[in-house]
Amino acid sequence: MTDTAPTELSPMFELLTGFSRELREAGIPVSLSENIDAMEAVQHIPLEDRDALKYALAATMVKHDSHWRAFETVFEVYFSLRGKEYGIASDEEGEEGSDNVDMDGMGNQPGRGDGSGGSQMSPEELAEMLYQALMRGDDAMMRAIARQSVQRFAGMEPGRPVGGTYYLYRTLRNLDLDGVLDRLMEQAREKAPDPGLTPLEERLERDEFEARIDKLKKEVEAEIRRRLVADRGVEAMAKTLRKPLPEDVDFMHASREEMANLRKAIYPLTRKLAVRLARKRRHGRKGPLDFRNTVRHSLSYGGVPAEPKFKYPRPAKPEIFVIADISGSVAAFARFTLHLVYAISNQFSKVRSFVFIDGLDEVTSYFEGVDDISEAVHRVNTEADVVWVDGHSDYGHAFEVFWERYGKEVGPKTTVLILGDARNNYHASQAWIIQEINKRARSTFWLNPEPKSYWDTGDSIVGEYGAHCDGTFEVRNLRQLEGFVENLA
Amino acid sequence: MDHRFESVPAVRQGLADINYLADEGIAGVVYLADRLQKPILVEGPAGTGKTQLAKSVAEMMGARLIRLQCYEGLDESKALFEWNYKKQLLRIQAERNAEGTWTDIEEDIFSEDFLLTRPLLEAISATEPVVLLIDEIDRVEIETEALLLEILSDYQVSIPELGTVTAQQIPMVFLTSNNTRELSEALKRRCLFLHIDYPDMDREKEIVLTKVPGITETLADQVARIVRSIRQLELKKAPSVSETLDWANTLMLLNINQITAQDATETINILLKYRSDIEKAIKEFSTNQSDFAGQS
Repeated sequence: MTDTAPTELSPMFELLTGFSRELREAGIPVSLSENIDAMEAVQHIPLEDRDALKYALAATMVKHDSHWRAFETVFEVYFSLRGKEYGIASDEEGEEGSDNVDMDGMGNQPGRGDGSGGSQMSPEELAEMLYQALMRGDDAMMRAIARQSVQRFAGMEPGRPVGGTYYLYRTLRNLDLDGVLDRLMEQAREKAPDPGLTPLEERLERDEFEARIDKLKKEVEAEIRRRLVADRGVEAMAKTLRKPLPEDVDFMHASREEMANLRKAIYPLTRKLAVRLARKRRHGRKGPLDFRNTVRHSLSYGGVPAEPKFKYPRPAKPEIFVIADISGSVAAFARFTLHLVYAISNQFSKVRSFVFIDGLDEVTSYFEGVDDISEAVHRVNTEADVVWVDGHSDYGHAFEVFWERYGKEVGPKTTVLILGDARNNYHASQAWIIQEINKRARSTFWLNPEPKSYWDTGDSIVGEYGAHCDGTFEVRNLRQLEGFVENLA
Repeated sequence: MDHRFESVPAVRQGLADINYLADEGIAGVVYLADRLQKPILVEGPAGTGKTQLAKSVAEMMGARLIRLQCYEGLDESKALFEWNYKKQLLRIQAERNAEGTWTDIEEDIFSEDFLLTRPLLEAISATEPVVLLIDEIDRVEIETEALLLEILSDYQVSIPELGTVTAQQIPMVFLTSNNTRELSEALKRRCLFLHIDYPDMDREKEIVLTKVPGITETLADQVARIVRSIRQLELKKAPSVSETLDWANTLMLLNINQITAQDATETINILLKYRSDIEKAIKEFSTNQSDFAGQS
């Protein structure tokens, strides 16, 4: 084996080096030694087994669960057209030409197949087949349908610089999966014995169908990717498909799916932060000498105070006031920050939160004794009295209200966090209030979800406020938020 | 060095024989760990069988399982080795009247006779096959992690007075983590990474079938479906595999063959451990889908 290894290695070496470069481009840190591990690993697995290859590479190169999706995308692209043995560039090679031809027409009249390719099914047949496949959960059939429908509906053109999501959207729109789901549920209800489906049964049925539909979507996605890679080549595709890792997703521009992932990421993050903060409090500090205790212990050394004892340090827990802009553009950011602050609220002696748009309201009570933070946030969004005139952000007025009603309660233990983009719609800034708050408070921080380069452009006056704060921070993603909160305690 | 496992399917089969149903990925990483002689860092939600994997691999190999449970404040003397201070003291006192220089005594008392081995050293010095399980590694402080680095990369322990103890054989090493803190890069780099998530529905059903004796296919199927459904809700703590098994066992005890919404509601406290989660799930089960389909 040792004799043959070097010659076997070299193409694989090239391939894996390229792959790890691609991973690094996608934001996954792959160290040199991990790269070497990966090369060793692939010598122990049957290379024709794509799944094994995937696991071997993942185990050696990806050391973080949240990086798995990014890894998967890169993997799918990178190892999709490397020769026949991976079995991807399959049978429809011959048809490729013909479906390029009928694509233009397809784009304009979605859903109406003109049947130019004789072997193709009519849209009605396709829809029926789709329905049957989902009904039975037939994987092979679903794959075939995915291929067919991409060919038909995606309207892919060689060299056209649009992302895969565009094609995905076009394909799925034509499949009308919601309609199919309704039909499947209808069918399930009819088939059910006499009293009909109970809510529980209905839910289970729906879950099953939804899982199958998800699978179909994945197939469609894979099919589109395959074609794009064939068209544009690996490197270009890897670049277009690259998505930010969850911790780097921008709050302000997250898609719905990314939002869902962010929500999932926030819970482990809060747990992590809570543990870390608690640990920080307990460690590394010694209190003043505890005289009584030292003397007591000296008895066992015959009166020699050999072992000095110290008082248990009681680090002061800060109070936190969160003042958050929840107007449309920054709402998502405010929500995450409130989530986070509340999840770690046992690290602070008191947490009070205020939300504003052009009016301001205290929402602390919404969070009290609530297990489910998202529900509290929902209440904040629906019940809090934050609109004063027209629902356009007015930082100046909101601060005025805050200062009037709650200003006296800001004290030397209080840390004030202000969240917002400081886009004030050209209203009066009332920056003096921030100055006053900061005079009374222990510290004042401004967190801005906008990129730094946008600050103080247009109606953003973050600089004006920031001059009176202890710090202004760009917090656009979970990574930055985590970093900030960790410094807070 | 001989390899322990023939192939990935062999690992999978071996684990299945002792009722641990591994998926392709889990078996693959276990196989690779043996071939590459690297430790496995197993991460994932609680109750998905991380610790059980180590135990099962040990059982499959017929190896002794040495377990180091990590906790905050774990130090060298608990993890690696410690000098048996009392025994050393006795020795010195016994030597007091005898002839012999200090150097003799010193050499004597810092010998292996006076060494108390702790799990890590024990795993290294064992001659029979062992599986070393370092459980919940994320509980120790980041500084303590460094203790492990020598063992994990070189399979050796340096003892200042004795020199270096090198492994007689490379043990299989599993580290588990619930991901409550970020582990250091140095540690991660030395390990193969395995994330064990909740199993998909089919595998969970298989698990229920193998682990709950006498359960019918339909019931197992229903259990798996309902659990999948519950995991899709936004919960504080999603049900783990072990809770699924508890639930299936409970249903068996209650002689339930077909789970109705009422049965599910009455026994749901076995699956879910927070009041708010329970309330949420019950509400979802008794509401018609169409009412809240818009929300999701």
